[in-house]
Amino acid sequence: MTNERNGDAIVAESFLDVRAKLLEVAATLDRIDRACQSETLQEAAQSKRDLLGEATKILLSDAPNRAEQLQQLFSREYDADWREQFGFTAN
Amino acid sequence: MDYIDPHIHMVSRTTDDYATLARMGCVAMSEPAFWAGYDRGSVDGFRDYFRQLTETEPARAAQYGIQHFTWLCINAKEAENVSLSREVIAMIPEFLDKPNVLGIGEIGLNKNTKNEATIFLEHLDLAAKYGQSILIHTPHLEDKYQGTRMILDMLCDDQRLDPDRVLVDHVEEHTISEVLDRGFWGGMTLYPVTKCTPERAVDMIEQTGGERLLANSAGDWGPSKPTAVPDLIFEMRRRSLPESLIRKVVYDNPLEFFSKSKQFNFTPRG
Repeated sequence: MTNERNGDAIVAESFLDVRAKLLEVAATLDRIDRACQSETLQEAAQSKRDLLGEATKILLSDAPNRAEQLQQLFSREYDADWREQFGFTAN
Repeated sequence: MDYIDPHIHMVSRTTDDYATLARMGCVAMSEPAFWAGYDRGSVDGFRDYFRQLTETEPARAAQYGIQHFTWLCINAKEAENVSLSREVIAMIPEFLDKPNVLGIGEIGLNKNTKNEATIFLEHLDLAAKYGQSILIHTPHLEDKYQGTRMILDMLCDDQRLDPDRVLVDHVEEHTISEVLDRGFWGGMTLYPVTKCTPERAVDMIEQTGGERLLANSAGDWGPSKPTAVPDLIFEMRRRSLPESLIRKVVYDNPLEFFSKSKQFNFTPRG
């Protein structure tokens, strides 16, 4: 199912909103970089900063499921052996 | 448009919110038991909470023409206290025959720990023994994917449970397909920052067709918006989606899922 609006209409109505969100992202990355000129990021923060970089690459891709890919990027991996680790047995 | 909010924590809201929801078209709601913002110290603390859910809130809602239903459990955050959790689970049957109780919920995982999984399984056993429907909380942020998969594993391991009587809440783009594909109901929670916006929820409705899909506000004591479901309705109308589809997601689907609970006695607005 798709809505009746075409791509032109969606771009027109969402352009300013997305532009504003991208500016927020850009300004935030600039802010981090300025702060890092005097003090490097701790390991945990650097890991999150790296994730944001990976996320921007997903945005630039042509994949049809960028939102899902971003969610996966920000998720812990599923470990199928979790039952064994907890000492559980499946019924 | 009349609508149903299938997941909203009214114990955290003011009476003014009931009035606002009624004016926005809310005719029924269901309120799962959840974390109070602090860990409760005794089973009697939960007994009092369940009285609030089964006596106080239905009366407060009725003042505004809203029918209030509820789900009972000890939530995943407090499941780390296994002995207290077992006391609460043993006490829940005292309340299962109350007229607004739809089942067991919101049970689930928070940080995907062994204790949480243990208590989740014991809640599933309770639901199976008493023939109750189930409402499930899935974890937030980076824990959601793994936790949702673990929850689905445990649900599918128990052959006594009918997926058609289980609502898996807080689905997002990376979890919705597996929930629906395995035959469960899915709930989208419209909640700032940590869950889903109305716009993204409508994207998911467009992509799935809205079958077995519900939308809720989860309005609680945190930053949340109890009128988020009307926001979803507005976004669907803005996209010129059919009124029948809007009604399906915000009214017909909740009715169909709730109707699987024997105590769901709903009177549509005349």
